[in-house]
Amino acid sequence: MSPHTFLVNGTRVTVDTDDKVRLLWVLRDLLGITGPKYGCGINVCKACTSHLNGKAFNPCSVPVSAVGPDDEITTIEGIADAESGTLHPMQEEWLAHDVAQCGYCQPGQIMAAIAKVNQAHAQGREISDTDLDEIRNICRCGTYSRIRDAVKTAAAKM
Amino acid sequence: MAHQRRSPRRDGAPALERRRFLGYLLAAPTLAVAARLGADLSSDTPAEAAIPSLPGPADLLDLGDALTLAAAPTSGLIGIQLNRDGTVSFAVPRAEVGQGITTTVAMLIAEEMDLPLEKVGVNLADARPELVFNQLTGGSNSVRSLYTPVRTAAAVARRRLLTTAAEQWKLDPATLTARDGMIRSSAGHSASYGSLAEAAASPRTEEVSTTLKAAEEFRIIGTPTTRIDALDAVTGRKQFTMDLAVPDAKPTMICRPPTTSGTVRSVANLGAVAAMPGVTDVVEVSSGVAVRAETFGQCIDAVRALRVDWGPGPVDGESDASVEDKLRAATLPMAVPPVLTKTIDAEFVFNFASNSALETNCAIADVRADRAEIWSGLKSPIVAQEQIAAMLGLPIPAVTVHVVTGGGSFGRKLFGDAALEAAEVSQAMGKPVKLMWHRADDSRHGRTHPMSISRIRVNHALGNVVSYEQRHTSVTTDFGHGLGEILTAVAAKLPVGDVGFSQTVFLLSQSNPYNFGVVTNLLNEVPLKFHTASMRNVYSPNVVCARELVVDQLASAMGQDPLTFRRGFLKDERFRTALDKAAEVGQWGRELPDGMAQGIAFHCEYKSASAVLVEIDCRPETVERPIRDGVGGPRVTRVAAVVDAGLPINPKGLEAQTIGCVNDGIALALTSSLHMDNGLPLEASWDNYFYTRQWNTPPELEVVVLPATTGEPGGAGELAVASAFAATAAAYGRATGTMPTRFPINHGTLSFEPKPTVPPIPDSPVDGLAHTF
Repeated sequence: MSPHTFLVNGTRVTVDTDDKVRLLWVLRDLLGITGPKYGCGINVCKACTSHLNGKAFNPCSVPVSAVGPDDEITTIEGIADAESGTLHPMQEEWLAHDVAQCGYCQPGQIMAAIAKVNQAHAQGREISDTDLDEIRNICRCGTYSRIRDAVKTAAAKM
Repeated sequence: MAHQRRSPRRDGAPALERRRFLGYLLAAPTLAVAARLGADLSSDTPAEAAIPSLPGPADLLDLGDALTLAAAPTSGLIGIQLNRDGTVSFAVPRAEVGQGITTTVAMLIAEEMDLPLEKVGVNLADARPELVFNQLTGGSNSVRSLYTPVRTAAAVARRRLLTTAAEQWKLDPATLTARDGMIRSSAGHSASYGSLAEAAASPRTEEVSTTLKAAEEFRIIGTPTTRIDALDAVTGRKQFTMDLAVPDAKPTMICRPPTTSGTVRSVANLGAVAAMPGVTDVVEVSSGVAVRAETFGQCIDAVRALRVDWGPGPVDGESDASVEDKLRAATLPMAVPPVLTKTIDAEFVFNFASNSALETNCAIADVRADRAEIWSGLKSPIVAQEQIAAMLGLPIPAVTVHVVTGGGSFGRKLFGDAALEAAEVSQAMGKPVKLMWHRADDSRHGRTHPMSISRIRVNHALGNVVSYEQRHTSVTTDFGHGLGEILTAVAAKLPVGDVGFSQTVFLLSQSNPYNFGVVTNLLNEVPLKFHTASMRNVYSPNVVCARELVVDQLASAMGQDPLTFRRGFLKDERFRTALDKAAEVGQWGRELPDGMAQGIAFHCEYKSASAVLVEIDCRPETVERPIRDGVGGPRVTRVAAVVDAGLPINPKGLEAQTIGCVNDGIALALTSSLHMDNGLPLEASWDNYFYTRQWNTPPELEVVVLPATTGEPGGAGELAVASAFAATAAAYGRATGTMPTRFPINHGTLSFEPKPTVPPIPDSPVDGLAHTF
């Protein structure tokens, strides 16, 4: 047991647990942040996708000891504007396209999609079908085509 | 009570007497109304019916009808409550697992009450044993069974609000209007529904009759509507079972055997594992060894550390090949000999497939000496409640079962496996538990859609089909959830009862839409002790895929195009309309490069119809595209899917369901199956079980929801799985020149390295930061 301090959704937190406990369980079981979902625990399904310092990552596969006091984790709960509550454009487009069915994978889908668009924009290009094919997040309800539509329209507003 | 008559129509058509329906005013502090779930609420026809002793063919009485009829004799009422703030509350006796039933029901209430949709709150009812048959979510039956009762209750409420306001204002109710949650008079009075909630409350429960809106008055039904839980879903606020904070319900997992239903002989290190960091309890239970800890991560470590001596299970010797042999040996013979006609004989093999949802099996249980409380995503909660009560030795009313929104179902949540297990573990530990199956457990020990073989013989002569025979042979599908109630669940476990129930489901769900002369469809089941269950669309995907591929062969034998042939032989104009629309939207017959082709297929069920056109790319450069930890293979590039749901209530929801069905159908045709190996599937996660992914999904997909045809809502949540599967298989056959006969087409190649079975679950990686983007 040792204390681990880092930022989650703008708030500094300290948890006392084993170094090797993966961040997904620190978030869900110890901090009660349940937006990131469990779907496999081996970085395959991507249902837990969140951001670490602005980049998409999967907390099921990162020990808590790998993050430090200056590292900032953003989960789906922290992606809307903290002060105004305004949704992120990706969330808005998710609503406009009524993407979610059961909704279980959707927090991870949205977090992955935001990072994917940011990545394309950082490379000075628009999101393409090839980029969309690279999104590994599984959706067992099969919402893929609405995800593709939502990402494309959100990208234009990001 | 005087019957209302509609004004004569301006077109001179005769005025129809509006049908009246029975509802109830309930004694309550604010307005509460109810209706009985059942087949017919018409006031001049008392609702009474029973499960038919002899099932008729599916096109006269289908599975949904049987479920609806089975519901009729029960006395349970479903009630709507008007709150003082003008909102209404309704607890739907169904599970929401992503299919959108809460949104659809909210639309029905909003429509009939003339209330804005956002004022309607719908949650999931706890298990209500008095509803008997009436709390099963399955057979695409929810909308069909709820459509009239929910509207009836809402109409009773609206009428009561009108009469209450009329009394207060001393006006004739006929001069008042109800709209957007307000009652108004032409004289300028107005009152919100909320302000009338107490005055409209009934001092006693009484039966009343009411009329329902006619279709031409609908303002919400038929309008594309966003899901009522969409905002919660995109903000992470939507809660599933494992997101609930039940006091002291700590993470719990099970160490499971290396073969299906294997048993614990002994545990070598139970004490040492109990002393591991974070671990609070380790106990043997019927399914393995249960571990409870501060985090699921520590549960995973403890499960992996357990050294268990496992006893055998009942199917340890069974693998794909042995099961296939047993099925082939059990196939029923054809009745019609191939004489004086041309004959097509075909056989298709459909491998085991997984109905695993993204949310693994999970439940919270808090079992005390004299009571138990359970939380889980359950489509058959009454059965779960009664089984748990029996297992714990508690009276049924002492067991409260909360139905939680499910993270997908696809048939998996028909059974309360995790709820029963959680109750057993909680009782054994004497503590509340939050039980979750690891993905590897869910894939290997969760229920599967069993392997089946479909044989078809068709005799044709002079451009006519003389006979069509299909013999479907399957490993027994467990229908132990029955019709949602313990008595039928028990009956379904008896050898005769189970076969009878499976046959009933099969016969009530399979109808042949073509004029094919003498048609017989027979099911034979081979009882092997695998964990099985229905999967989305149950028997239809395999049965219909086989049929539609033979239809393509027939078309070819008669020198006809697949579309032309189907148009000629479909029984119903409604079917042809759907097929024609798919052909039009999908541009049937358009020119494609070599190695690409179109396929088209048709399926009708649940009083609905669907036609799907698929374009597939089987060119080597596409098939061999590299995919990390996944499979590429042929790519479906374009899909046109057409749905005629009789009366579309929420076209946006129907479109969503159809998109899902298409991706399921593509998976069944091309990529997703379980490889059964010595009593256990080799597949242990989504990098082994290849459900459709973004790199497999069609970049172009158009769904057309046809306008109302029958005026009655049909089922559609599963409808297009069969037609999409069949169309994909047909397209593949046309692109490659060889009709596929074994599904999915990639089953013969194992595209992954199987994970170990001991320990039963893999460790979580630690290199996640090497894969950020």
